[in-house]
Amino acid sequence: MPYVPHTPEDTRAMLGAIGAGSVEELFAEIPLALRPKSFDLPEGLSEMATRQRIEDLAARNSNGMVSFLGAGFYDHYVPSAVDALISRGEFYTAYTPYQPEASQGTLQAIFEYQTAVARLMGMECANASVYDGGTALYEAMMMAVRQTKRVKVIVSETVSPIYRILLDTYTRNLKLTLVTVPQAKGATDFAAMQAALDDATACVVVQNPNFFGCVEDASALFAAAKAKGALAIVSAYPVLQSVLKTPSAMGADIAVAEGQSLGLPLSFGGPYLGIMTSTKPLVRQMPGRIVGRTQDGQGRTGYVLTLQAREQHIRRQKATSNICSNQALCALRSLIHLSLLGEEGLARTARVSMENARYAAKKLTAIKGVELLNGAPFGNEFAITLPRSAQDVCLTLIEKGFVPGFPLGRYYQGMDNALLVCCTEKNSRRDIDILAAWMEDAI
Amino acid sequence: MSTLFKKSSPGREGVWPQAPSQDLGELLPEGLLRGAPAGMPSLSELDVVRHFSLLSRKNFGVDSNFYPLGSCTMKYNPKFCEDIAGLPGFARLHPLLPQLPRGDELTQGALEVMYETERWLCEILGMSEFTLHPMAGAHGELTGVLTIAAYHADKGNKKTKIICPDSAHGTNPASAAIAGYEVVSIASKDGIVDPDALAEVLDDEVAAMMMTCPNTLGLFEKNLPKIVEMLRSVDALLYYDGANLNAIMGKMRVGDAGFDVVHVNLHKTFGTPHGGGGPGSGPVGVCEKLVPYLPVSRVVKDPSGRFHLRYDYPKSIGYVAPFYGNFGVVLKAYAYMLRLGREGLIKVSENAVLAANYLRKTLDDVLEVPYDRVCMHEFVASADKQSQKGVRALDIAKALLDKGYHAPTIYFPLIVKECLMFEPTETESKETMDQFVADLRDILALAESDPAAVQAAPVTTPVGRLDETRAARNMEITDDM
Repeated sequence: MPYVPHTPEDTRAMLGAIGAGSVEELFAEIPLALRPKSFDLPEGLSEMATRQRIEDLAARNSNGMVSFLGAGFYDHYVPSAVDALISRGEFYTAYTPYQPEASQGTLQAIFEYQTAVARLMGMECANASVYDGGTALYEAMMMAVRQTKRVKVIVSETVSPIYRILLDTYTRNLKLTLVTVPQAKGATDFAAMQAALDDATACVVVQNPNFFGCVEDASALFAAAKAKGALAIVSAYPVLQSVLKTPSAMGADIAVAEGQSLGLPLSFGGPYLGIMTSTKPLVRQMPGRIVGRTQDGQGRTGYVLTLQAREQHIRRQKATSNICSNQALCALRSLIHLSLLGEEGLARTARVSMENARYAAKKLTAIKGVELLNGAPFGNEFAITLPRSAQDVCLTLIEKGFVPGFPLGRYYQGMDNALLVCCTEKNSRRDIDILAAWMEDAI
Repeated sequence: MSTLFKKSSPGREGVWPQAPSQDLGELLPEGLLRGAPAGMPSLSELDVVRHFSLLSRKNFGVDSNFYPLGSCTMKYNPKFCEDIAGLPGFARLHPLLPQLPRGDELTQGALEVMYETERWLCEILGMSEFTLHPMAGAHGELTGVLTIAAYHADKGNKKTKIICPDSAHGTNPASAAIAGYEVVSIASKDGIVDPDALAEVLDDEVAAMMMTCPNTLGLFEKNLPKIVEMLRSVDALLYYDGANLNAIMGKMRVGDAGFDVVHVNLHKTFGTPHGGGGPGSGPVGVCEKLVPYLPVSRVVKDPSGRFHLRYDYPKSIGYVAPFYGNFGVVLKAYAYMLRLGREGLIKVSENAVLAANYLRKTLDDVLEVPYDRVCMHEFVASADKQSQKGVRALDIAKALLDKGYHAPTIYFPLIVKECLMFEPTETESKETMDQFVADLRDILALAESDPAAVQAAPVTTPVGRLDETRAARNMEITDDM
């Protein structure tokens, strides 16, 4: 059979050494009563037949649509060298680097990843990553709860609804109060958030750019939070972070992000990359793995997993989190991607995406009845209002091979006519012109 | 080897996209912009390729080294599964497409992969339904425990405690605590769960017990039927940690055996790579009575054979992942299952158990095996005897690195002194194991004759033993400090 190397002679010799007459004998401890009632599965296929089957399934997804769908998950160009390097078996067939002498490749890469994402956010510390941006946001919130020993969390409704539903699930059995401050026409209502601050507040949570694409400055809110002894948390977009004011410059204590936009395929929702960074005083509240630099007995530089006393394999039920793994391979992807683009390449990606978004906003708002939801500055994504249901317009355009964006009514009451449109460097002006033409027709 | 950041040369061109045409100041007001550069490295493409190629050579992986790391199932990761996950029809699929009007129609292939993978897992484990959303094993545990909590809350049960055996993975008690439960640990007897110890702590406040079977010593839990009966008497549920599923496919289904909730580590049993520490995938299966509490969304098949995502499950615990879990990992596992089929999966477990027993028998004369009886897919040895002479399990592990092997798991489970946990998996040949044991014998002989030489290992790796105290004290966790 595939992937099992034993010849019949090998099996006989191994059974002989064990002193067993058959392989079945080795399972004798499993009583008959516990044997499977059924194991009704198809027979195996050749590699070629398996591949054909799955290629057929791939062909049943919508391929080749022109897409303006983002909403936190972005289709940026990935240089070929990323896939070439990530395909090295020494990286992807390795385990967690618990034996540091045999894992310096993974460990140094994670150390460099921690450096890169901390710099991007302007923060001092980073961990080796968690599952995704939503988990990162939840863990950030729990860091604040532990650090302040307070139980109230104030979240803006402009934080991704996809993340806020995760926070709901995870906090349901905990004694926490989650206060959601309504958005104001797609903008974060900083005044209302500030008004909600009190002495029980553990943290305030905002997203920049917010879910509607607006670029905002939370500095004043964060200063007010600090004055109340609460922490400030930002959920960021790493590509745009190359040009936007940093969470740290706004006074954030913890900055997290979904790292998918840094070289990871969209892959129908995962695996993604939860980036977590913080100020230095908070590092001991950080969940998950952290790599530190040190030396061996001969003074040679090396890297190890450090501060492990926070983690579940040491602390068990008293750990900062139950998280055991990190997204090591995804973190490595993002690091390779960042290295290939460099400072200039990343900023260009951000700026070209933003320029395309401005062009799209101009073309779309030139259509009668289409307006920007608000006049706030935006990044590479913006919300527009249409004269009719965004769902209906979306449906018409999908039939033309265009995904025009994300209808906001799904998550925001009274926004049935609002559409969130995203551009990256991959959306050509020609595609935008066609989008605008079809949309004009559809309206 | 210096870091990327030290190799950077400002102005050096990497893989840059086209230049922008407007000044940044025309795009956004000054006050919203970054004050100073981020400090990303500036490198040529070759600089980057060479840096990471060299780094990769400082790693042991299954592709290059035997990796008998107990509890982790470091089997061979088939290359074609990697290829399949990269098919553009899946890799470029936006996760929000199904939320668009008639979006299910745009993603039929992906939804079918999810639906079919759930059916395979249900049949392999004997469960009623599965969710693929949990993004790792520990995440599956948390999802499972939240499901248990929802069940008890719905029934009006007042439950506050979860029982974990002392041999459990550390994630078990941590997941239970994160979900808001008090954790009660019970001592094992003769390496397995002791029903008497369970009886002492079992009361109406127990929500569930978390177990793995075979357990972390590689032993089958013989008292399982008794344990199931005891838990049912107080309406406590039984959770199965699927970390050790590689031992029992086709030999026992945990659902048939009375487990109510299970998580599976696709990155162990179903051949997806560990990636240097992730990503994993930890689907959760439940018995009939827990189905209403599974996370949303759920994938269903209509009578015409079309697939849809459904969100309307009022008793659901809600969302545990932004979308549908680590789909890319699920896809690889699905390919692996299709390739192996029914017979192949049974043979996986048969050969995993065969290999573990062979390895156990060929080394048990030189290394003490505390529970030296037929094991399942892994077993635990002890270097307690060697440690009397100063050579600890850690030293033996490091000496194995010098011979080109990844070390076994050491100091886990916590209940065996100086333990080394071996799991050869079904994909390693007899020759590889024979050579491994020969090399291990050399190390153990050296431990007798020259303990200092073993204590000095490793010497052939890029670095020797590293100063972990210094790392924790200096806390140098980025290149800037």
